Amino acid sequence: MSSSAAIPGVVPIRRDPNHLGHHAAGEGETRATGRGIGGPSSKRIVVGYGFWIFLLSDIVMFAAFFAAYAVLRGGTAGGPGPAELFDYTNVAIETVLLLFSSFACGVATLALNARRALLFQAAMAVTFLLGAGFLALELREFTDLVARDAGPTRSAFLSAFFTVVGCHGLHVTAGLLWLLTMMAQVFAKGFRPDILRRVMCFSLFWHALDIVWVAVFTVVYLMGSAA
Amino acid sequence: MSQTDDRAHADVAPGDEYAHEEFGSGLRSYLIGLGLALLLTAASFWVAQTKVMWAPAIPVALLTFAIAQMGVHLVFFLHLTSGPDNTNNIMALAFGVLIVFLLFGGSVWIMHHMNTNMMMPAEGGAPMPMQHQGGGHH
Repeated sequence: MSSSAAIPGVVPIRRDPNHLGHHAAGEGETRATGRGIGGPSSKRIVVGYGFWIFLLSDIVMFAAFFAAYAVLRGGTAGGPGPAELFDYTNVAIETVLLLFSSFACGVATLALNARRALLFQAAMAVTFLLGAGFLALELREFTDLVARDAGPTRSAFLSAFFTVVGCHGLHVTAGLLWLLTMMAQVFAKGFRPDILRRVMCFSLFWHALDIVWVAVFTVVYLMGSAA
Repeated sequence: MSQTDDRAHADVAPGDEYAHEEFGSGLRSYLIGLGLALLLTAASFWVAQTKVMWAPAIPVALLTFAIAQMGVHLVFFLHLTSGPDNTNNIMALAFGVLIVFLLFGGSVWIMHHMNTNMMMPAEGGAPMPMQHQGGGHH
């Protein structure tokens, strides 16, 4: 560094004052890309970071719906409350379906990284079937609630319930369409870098939906009936 | 992933392993994640239905299990690490968690106080608490 500073016109490398991402070598500056001396990040890292920002903003939106549900949980307007409406077994099956769907999606990304097309398509198909099963159970629950005169217009509690769970269901629906698109694109265009990045974003989306569902079954279903 | 030093050329983002990886090597992380998530899910449903636990402790236990499971998902499914190439993702996550906490916790906190302080007259004849404490011309 001192040698480069001696050359006129060459700006010495600025050390990271916060020692972000320090490691065993003891120095804050690393050779990682995207900071300091590492040079610019690859497109995959930039795309992943951008999509991660979107996912976090989506999670903030869900937090607003969760807050509405937590506030309005007691507002049943004389109608049915959480304890008499929710079916634990149904929610448990939905949870397991979505969790295994997330796992199958992980297997699909592994197959993609290993460039095994058939395994990728099979894992994505399993992901789709499990996700569709989840969605079918959720739709059955919704129609059942509406048939029991517990639709979204019945009370503030039910409005909030249908909003937060329905919004998650809409995300799953969009994810299923995206999943089919990715299967088709990998089939038609092969393992191109841009296709790999799209599948990476899809897997991030699918795993994030499972994280949101953890909050749904905890805050909406389990805590809803416990309190 | 501890050997983060020689990754200047690496293409790593959350949910994303090295390109051209052998299939078996990444599977372990997903299997561990699946096992832990199943365990925590089972614990959540058990706690919610059991009569063994002290009732006020149940929401606390549920929240603990939920946060733990979200952590499991982040680490084992989304592959969020403490490595230098993940610092930006971690910082964004920390900011997101802050906003979620302010939004959710703040709403519940404020609305709880609004409910307890402003809904008393609806109970029929109960005097407003403000009249008891208020008017404080001492």
